[in-house]
Amino acid sequence: MMSAPGSSLIRLEQLCKSYTMGGQSFLALDHITLDVREGDFMAVVGPSGSGKSTLMNVLGCLDQPSSGTYYLDGVEVERLSDNKLATIRNQKIGFIFQQYHLLPKLRVIDNVELPLIYRGMSRRERRERTIEALQKVGLGDKLHHLPSQLSGGQQQRVAIARALAGQPPLLLADEPTGALDSRTSREVMALLQELGGEGNTIVLITHDPAVAAQARRVVRISDGRLTEEKGAVS
Amino acid sequence: MKLTQGLRMAWHSVYSQRMRTALTVLGMMIGIASVTIMVAIGNGTAEQVKSQMQGLGTNLLTVNVVGRGATTSISLEDAEALVDIEGVSASAPVITGNVTAKYKAATYSTSIAASTPSYAKVREYEVAQGRFIKEIDGAFAQKVAVIGSEVAEELELSDPVGEKLTLGGIPYTIVGVLAEKGSSSGGSNDNLVVVPIQTARVVLQTNAIRTLYVQAAGEQQVDSVQSALEFNLQRFFRNDENSYSVFNQADLLETVTAVSTSMSTMLTYVAGISLLVGGIGIMNMMLVSVTERTREIGIRKSLGAKRRDIMLQFLVEAALIGGLGGIAGAAAGAGGAGYAGKLMDSPASASTDIMLLAVAFSMGVGVLFGFLPARRASKLNPVDALRH
Repeated sequence: MMSAPGSSLIRLEQLCKSYTMGGQSFLALDHITLDVREGDFMAVVGPSGSGKSTLMNVLGCLDQPSSGTYYLDGVEVERLSDNKLATIRNQKIGFIFQQYHLLPKLRVIDNVELPLIYRGMSRRERRERTIEALQKVGLGDKLHHLPSQLSGGQQQRVAIARALAGQPPLLLADEPTGALDSRTSREVMALLQELGGEGNTIVLITHDPAVAAQARRVVRISDGRLTEEKGAVS
Repeated sequence: MKLTQGLRMAWHSVYSQRMRTALTVLGMMIGIASVTIMVAIGNGTAEQVKSQMQGLGTNLLTVNVVGRGATTSISLEDAEALVDIEGVSASAPVITGNVTAKYKAATYSTSIAASTPSYAKVREYEVAQGRFIKEIDGAFAQKVAVIGSEVAEELELSDPVGEKLTLGGIPYTIVGVLAEKGSSSGGSNDNLVVVPIQTARVVLQTNAIRTLYVQAAGEQQVDSVQSALEFNLQRFFRNDENSYSVFNQADLLETVTAVSTSMSTMLTYVAGISLLVGGIGIMNMMLVSVTERTREIGIRKSLGAKRRDIMLQFLVEAALIGGLGGIAGAAAGAGGAGYAGKLMDSPASASTDIMLLAVAFSMGVGVLFGFLPARRASKLNPVDALRH
């Protein structure tokens, strides 16, 4: 399944997503064509209402496009069934959300373990991978804490560990610093940059140009259309 | 996702909502407990009726002579003529009365049955010690007696056979002791003394037979024997139908059984309705739970939970609540059935089978009523659920 380094991990061709609102349909994504190579650290920047959340949902296989094609890691995903999409999310994508989206009643270690449970992994292997991921984000000493006992920055690092635990080819971060103060924001961004430097493919969605600037490649989205800003691969 | 994983998740969720779970479990518990108690009482009553049937003797008809005027009773010869019917396997005319039995210093008030050797057969008595009365005892009007186990006990007779006791002041020799038979609707079956019918005049000052036991050879013959018997009696009493009655004990018991069965069936339906209410309680709790946990479902789906994973999680949770209710209900039901049994003096008790069935059934109710909420959860759109 692993493709050669530098080959396309994400390929969108003429991708559209339309919504109907009050009897009128409008295009949230307007014929988007995009190529993300393995190892890219790309930011999608745009104001609210520009379609970046829709793009994030489609890229994350949480939502299906209205037309066009979407290849993720060599698999054409836009017409897959609910169950197949769940498997793709489980194996190929690590989500990092603005609100962390940790389960408040589960301990840190159980939260990070969740994607591995749905993968059907053995208990021992799950434990190993979970602890490894938490050590990577510097929370190896907080395994048995509840999310509510951690600071915002720490909670976001737990979420990053959860995204890393399954070792997916794509990390998808939606405003990862949106709920954090500037100091913890810098910490989280430093961690993402470190992960990007290690060859992980990261797609970062943000409204903040300062955050976007830390990515190696930046694309701007407005009114559902994409334009390259920095680091485009010709 | 494996079932054990689902069970852990479900336990976690159920435990973190203790109060709500407890109330839902209570609803289930009441349903299961009432079903368990009703079934136990029904079984107990059936058991009781069955044992009474055995206590009276099988395929038994009882003729009571109540006539006034010229013919108030029948003689031994009349009795023999009356039961000369095809299908009769045994008959025993009885003269009954009450008598004071005395042995050494001990006295005991008991009933006496002056009858023939067939008495043991029709009333299904076994002899524990010695022998029953014989034809020859009657032929020579021997003063011999067979005593019930209770009489032996009350008179403190440790080795009664061969001992002499007095019945109404007349000495009798004990030739046998009856085996214990327990009680039936007519009271204790072990409190009596049986003597040859020919000696009845001596102790009871009468030889008027007013009771006649007739045993049919089989269940199928009971009805034909009864009608033949009634025909003979009608002729004997010259169409005076008020002078006698024929009593079919099986008929009566059948009626009692039918009544108690329909009663317990009806009560079980009522209990079933409370189980339905318990199930609705589970559904209600699960629907609330799904709404509250929409975001959790979205998170789980974004992490790769399939529809069936979410479905399993909620179904296991519903089954767990149902199962807890079932266990609590079976325990309460067992206690309640024991108490009801004491109260109604019937052997009502919840068997392990019923309790296991109750637990399994309530888990089934949980799954059934959890299905709709679980399906709703599994069908949530991850994007909308995450935004919740």
